Amino acid sequence: MEPPAKYLYYPGCSLKATGVAYEESLLTTLRLLEIPVEELSDWNCCGATAYMSVSEASATLLALRNLALAHQAGTKDVLAPCSACYLTLRKSHELATHYPEAAKDVERFLEQAGLPRPDSVRVRHPLEVLYTDVGIQRLRELTVRRLQGVRMASYYGCQAVRPYGEVDDPHEPVRMDEVLRAVGVETVDYPLKTKCCGGSLTGTIHEVGLRLNYILLKEAQRKGAQAIVTICPLCQFNLDAYQREIRKQTGEPIDMPVLYLTQVIGWALGGGFRELGLHRAISGRKLIEQWFTVKKEAETYV
Amino acid sequence: MERQIRYQREANLEWARQFTKQPGGERLLSCIQCGTCSGACPLSIYMDLTPRQVIALVREGFREDALRSKTIWLCASCYACAVECPQKISITDIMYRLKREAIRSNLYPKRFPIPVLAREFCEMVRRRGRNSEFWVVFRMALRSNPFVLFSMARTGWDLWRTGRLSLRKERIRRINDLQFIPAASKEVD
Amino acid sequence: MSERNGEVRIGVYICHCGVNIAATVDVRAVAEYAATLPGVVVARDYKYMCSDPGQEMIQQDIRDHQLNRVVVAACSPSLHERTFRNAVERAGLNPFFFQMVNIREHDSWVHSDREAATEKAKDLVRAAVMRVYFHKPLERRRVPVNPDVLVVGGGIAGIHAALTVANSGKRVYLVEREPTIGGHMAQFDKTFPTLDCAACILTPKMSAVKEHPNITLWTYSEVVSVDGSVGDYRVVVKRKPRYVREDLCVGCLQCIEACVFKEAKFDDEFNLGLSKRKPIYIPFPQATPKVVVIDPEACIQLRTGKCKKACLEACAERGAIDFEQKETYEEIHVGSIIIATGFQTFDPRRMPQYGYGKYPNVYTTLEVERLVNASGPTGGQVVTRDGRVPESVGIILCVGSRDERTNRWCSRVCCMTSLKLAHLIKEHTGAEVFIFYIDMRAAGKGYEEFYQRVLNEGVHFVRGRVAEITDWAMDPSEEGKLIARVEDTNTGFVRRIPLDMVVLAVGLEPQFDALNVQRLFGIGCSMDGFFLERHPKLAPSPTYTDGIFIAGVCQGPKDIPDSVMQAGYAAAEAIALADTGFFELEPNTAYIIAEECSGCKTCIPLCPYQAITFNEEKKKAFVNEVLCKGCGTCVAACPSGSIKQNLFEDEEIFSEIEGVLAYA
Ligand SMILES: Cc1cc2nc3c(=O)[nH]c(=O)nc-3n(C[C@H](O)[C@H](O)[C@H](O)COP(=O)(O)OP(=O)(O)OC[C@H]3O[C@@H](n4cnc5c(N)ncnc54)[C@H](O)[C@@H]3O)c2cc1C
Ligand code: SF4
Ligand code: SF4
Ligand code: SF4
Ligand code: SF4
Repeated sequence: MEPPAKYLYYPGCSLKATGVAYEESLLTTLRLLEIPVEELSDWNCCGATAYMSVSEASATLLALRNLALAHQAGTKDVLAPCSACYLTLRKSHELATHYPEAAKDVERFLEQAGLPRPDSVRVRHPLEVLYTDVGIQRLRELTVRRLQGVRMASYYGCQAVRPYGEVDDPHEPVRMDEVLRAVGVETVDYPLKTKCCGGSLTGTIHEVGLRLNYILLKEAQRKGAQAIVTICPLCQFNLDAYQREIRKQTGEPIDMPVLYLTQVIGWALGGGFRELGLHRAISGRKLIEQWFTVKKEAETYV
Repeated sequence: MERQIRYQREANLEWARQFTKQPGGERLLSCIQCGTCSGACPLSIYMDLTPRQVIALVREGFREDALRSKTIWLCASCYACAVECPQKISITDIMYRLKREAIRSNLYPKRFPIPVLAREFCEMVRRRGRNSEFWVVFRMALRSNPFVLFSMARTGWDLWRTGRLSLRKERIRRINDLQFIPAASKEVD
Repeated sequence: MSERNGEVRIGVYICHCGVNIAATVDVRAVAEYAATLPGVVVARDYKYMCSDPGQEMIQQDIRDHQLNRVVVAACSPSLHERTFRNAVERAGLNPFFFQMVNIREHDSWVHSDREAATEKAKDLVRAAVMRVYFHKPLERRRVPVNPDVLVVGGGIAGIHAALTVANSGKRVYLVEREPTIGGHMAQFDKTFPTLDCAACILTPKMSAVKEHPNITLWTYSEVVSVDGSVGDYRVVVKRKPRYVREDLCVGCLQCIEACVFKEAKFDDEFNLGLSKRKPIYIPFPQATPKVVVIDPEACIQLRTGKCKKACLEACAERGAIDFEQKETYEEIHVGSIIIATGFQTFDPRRMPQYGYGKYPNVYTTLEVERLVNASGPTGGQVVTRDGRVPESVGIILCVGSRDERTNRWCSRVCCMTSLKLAHLIKEHTGAEVFIFYIDMRAAGKGYEEFYQRVLNEGVHFVRGRVAEITDWAMDPSEEGKLIARVEDTNTGFVRRIPLDMVVLAVGLEPQFDALNVQRLFGIGCSMDGFFLERHPKLAPSPTYTDGIFIAGVCQGPKDIPDSVMQAGYAAAEAIALADTGFFELEPNTAYIIAEECSGCKTCIPLCPYQAITFNEEKKKAFVNEVLCKGCGTCVAACPSGSIKQNLFEDEEIFSEIEGVLAYA
C-alpha cells in the first residue's frame, strides 16, 4: 500500500488539553519525517465512550460528522492519535457501512446537516503510520541519536488494538517494540501491554482507577523498565498524573517517566526537548531531563 | 429478608429477543457461560455481577437485574472480553446497550459518578461540539460527590503547572450541524 | 412384467415420514392431486413408506393395478432410493421404472409455510410423474472385486482394520507415513478410563501386524496416486529411503551407539522435542518394524558426504546401512481402501494468551503423556523444564476446541485425557491439580465413574475458561509462578491461581495434509475438515466413493474404543465387498451414438474419470461404462449432441423441467 500524500489530523479534545504534549510531539515527528499533515477544520468531539453510553445514534453521528468533513476536504487518511477517538471514529464507520438499518438512519441525518457519507475515508493511528507507512527501515535510517541504556515498556492500553486489531495484534502486539527498537531503544517484555488503564475511572471511582494504574506501573518496574511508552492521551495522563498519590497510598517508591511514543521517536529523529512537550511531564521529571536534554557528549550520533 | 427467587413471569423474554436483533447482540444466544469475559476483564474484580452473569441475565430476560447492576457502569469499554470470547460475542456492545437503557429508564444508581459523568459530557458536547475536560470533571464532581474536588486539587495543580489544564470552553463554528443529536436519539435509539 | 398394451400405468406414494413430512406438507392433498395427473392409476399416502407394510403396499398395487411405473415422494434418494428400487424389482418390474422425489430435505425440513410447502410437493411430484413416463428398463452392470485391501495409516484404527481384514484371509497392504506404526496411542502412558498401560495393549497388536502372513507393511511410505474405481483400484505407493535396509536390519541399535555424534542433539519427534536423538535413530524401543532410520537433514554423510561412517562400520557384518538408497515406487491393485490417517493436535501457539512457546512450563497434554511415561524423556518423572517437581498444576480444557476463533467442534477426548493426566500427575508428584473446564464431558462406559474417582482424589474442578496465563505477580506468593486468571463460574468470582506447570488440553484437528488425502482418494470432507462419511448415523464409515471406507479420528474426534469399533466396521464392509466378489454399478452412465459422433474429441479431456477413449481407426469416441460415474459433463459438452446418458435422456429431463414449471 502506497503511503498517502497527506494526513488530516483529528486532535480530539484531549490533545488540546491534558494531552497537549502528544500533539506537540506528533506534529514535530511528522515534520521531521517530512510528512504533510493538516488539522481537520471545525472538528467536533468524537463522542468517546461516554456518548456511546447515552445514545448510540448521536454518538455515531457525532463521530461521522468528522469523517464527513474529512471527506469534503478530499482527504482519505484521518489521523486520530487518541485511542478513544480512533476507536469511536473507526467503529461508527463500521456501523454505518455494515448495518444497513443503521446506515439508512445515518444517511438521513447527515443529509439534513448537508454532509456527505464518508465512505472512502480511512481512520488511521500514528503507530500505523510509523510502522506501516514510514516503515522500520526508514526510521532506522533517519535516527540521529540514540538513548543509551534506557529500557522501556511499551504500553498500548485497550482501544488502540481492540476490538479491530488493525493497529496491531490484539493479543500480542509487537509493532511499538519494533518501532522503538528501530530508533535504538531497548524494550522489556511487558505482559500488561494491552491491559486497560481504567480510562475515566480515575476521575469517577478514584480508588479503582488508582489500583489499575498502580498494577501497571509496578509490573513495568518489576520487568526492569525505567519508563513506560504510551500511544493514548488518557493512558499517559492516568499513569503520569497519579503517581504521587499512588506513592502515598502504597508507600512504594514509584517515580517513572510516562512518555508518548512520538516523544521518544521525535527525539531520536532530532526533535528538541520543548517542541516534543517533554517539559510537560509530571512524574519522572529528573530522569526525563537527564535522558533528553541535549548534552553533546551524552549523545551518540549514528 | 429479601427473597432471592425469580419467578418466570418476571423474565422479559421479548426484551431479551430484541437484544439479539441489535448491532453487537447478534451472537448473544451462543454464550456457553465459560467466563472468559470475566477472566479477561480488568474490572470484574470490582463488579457486583461478572460480565458472564450479565450476559446470562440478559439472555434470560431479567431486565431489571441487568440494568441495576454496577457492572455495566464499571465497564471501561476496553474490549478485552470481546476479543477473548470464544463465541465472538461483543460483550462491550451489550454493556453499552444496557447503559443507554439504564439511563433512559432511570434505573442507574443515583449518585454513582459514572453515569453522571456520561450525562455531563454529552450535555457539554451537545451545546458546544467539544468537551473541555476540566469543566466536565468539575461538574460531575459537583453532582456526585463534591468532596472529591479537594483530592483532585493537587493533580489539578500539577496539570496547571505543566500547561496541561485548559479552562477555555471550546466551541465549534458550525454548531448547527449538531442539531441532529436530540432528533437522532429520540427517533433511532 | 411389461407395459399392458404399451399403456403407461403409474402409482404414486407420498410418505409422511412420521411427522417429518406430514407436519409441514398436507400429504393427503398431494396424493389426491397426484391421482389426477395423466398416467397415474393409483396415488396413496402412508405413514412410513420405507417400512415393510409400505413396500408391500407398492408391490400389491403393482400386481393389482398392473402398474409399470412407480413414484415415491419421501426422503432423500441417498437414503432410500435403493430400498424402493429393490421393492419394485421384487414385484417383477425393472427397478429403473422408478423415480424418487425428496419432499423432506428439499421441502418439509426447509419450509414452514404449510400451504406453500404442499404446493411445492405437488410440483415436485408432477415433475417426477412426467419424467418417469419416459423411463426405460436398464440393466445394472457388475464389476468384479479384487479381494485385496489397502489400509492407509497405521494408528490404532488402521492396525485394527488391517488385522481384521487379514484374519479373514485377504491380503492387506498397510501404508504408514512414519518410520513406525502405532500412531498417537504409542505415545501415551496409560489409557482412560481403565488406566491400562497403552504399550501393553498396543504393542502386541503392532507385532501381530508385522508377523501376519497376509499383511504387507510399508512404513515410511505414502500413497502418491490412485486410479480406477471400486473393485479395481490401482495405487502407487512411494517408499521413502530410510538409508537402512529393512530386510537386513535386526534392530540391534549398535549403529546408534557408534554414530560419530556422541551426544544426541536433534529434536526427538516421538517425544515432541522433550528429548534429543541422533541422526540415526529408532523412534521408540517397540517401534514396528524394529528398524533404524537415518534423518538425511541431520546425517553428516548424507549432507556433505564427509563422515567417517561409524554406523556403517558397526553394521559391517549385516551390511544393513545403505547411503545410496533411493526412493522406490510400488504399484498395487486392490478392490477397496480403508483410510485411517488420524489427526494432529491443535497448535496452542495460535492462542498466545496461554503463553505456549513463551513460558517454558506451559505444556500440551500430549507432551505430558510423554512426561508421565516411564519410558519417556524423563523416565516417568513429572518435572518442569527447569527441573522442579511442580507443587501446583493447572490443566486448561478446550484449548482450540469449542472456539469460534480456532476450531468450533468439541474434541471429545480431552476432558477424559485431562482427568487421566490429573490423576497421574497427582500420583507422581502429589501436587495440587486444578482442572479448568467449561463442561465436563464424560459420556462413555465407565467414564462418569472415572470422573467421580478423580473428584474424590481431591483434584480441584474450577468451572471457567482461563482468560490468560502470565508471569506477572501481584504479591510474593505469586513470584516465580505462572498465574491463571479465571472466573470461577461456580462461585461467581474471578480467581488468580499461581501454578508451577500449565497443561493445555489441546484439541484434535484434521491432519495438515487432509485436503490432499481427500483429493487423492476422491472422497469428501465436512465443514470442519474431517473426512465425510456417507451418512452420519447409518453409514459412518463408507464414503460417497464406492469401495473407500474411513475409520478412526480422520472421520471425526473419537477415543480409542470408538476408533477400534469404526475400524472393525470398515473392515467388515471391505470383507463383505470382497466376499461378494462383484459390485453392481449404477446404470446412469453415458453412452455415445457412434453414427452421430463426429470424432471432434471435445469430450476426451473433459471427463474427470478418464472414462472416454478414442478409437483412432473408427474415428469415434467410446465411453467405458465401468469408469463412467454419470457426472454428465461430456453429455452437455458434445457439440454434435451424440452423447446420451441413461436416466438422463433428453425427453426425461425436459419433461421433468416442464413438470416443475407447470404450476398453475
Ligand atoms: C493427549 C491425548 C491423550 C489421549 N488419551 C486417550 C486415552 O487415554 N484413551 C483413549 O481411548 N483415547 C485417547 N486419546 C484419543 C486417541 O489418541 C485416538 O482415539 C486414537 O489415537 C485414534 O487413532 P487413529 O488411528 O484414528 O489416529 P492416529 O493415532 O493419529 O493414527 C494415524 C496414523 O496415520 C498415519 N498417517 C497420517 N497421514 C498419513 C498418510 N497420508 N499416509 C500414511 N499414513 C498416514 C499417522 O502417521 C499415524 O500413524 C488421546 C488423545 C490425545 C491427543
Ligand atoms: S466469554 Fe463469551 S461465551 Fe464465555 S461467558 Fe463470556 S460472553 Fe459467554
Ligand atoms: S469491555 Fe467492559 S466488560 Fe469487557 S473487559 Fe473491558 S471493562 Fe470488562
Ligand atoms: S542398521 Fe545395523 S547396526 Fe543399526 S540397528 Fe540395524 S542391524 Fe543394527
Ligand atoms: S472433550 Fe472436553 S475439553 Fe475437549 S473440547 Fe470437548 S468439552 Fe472441551
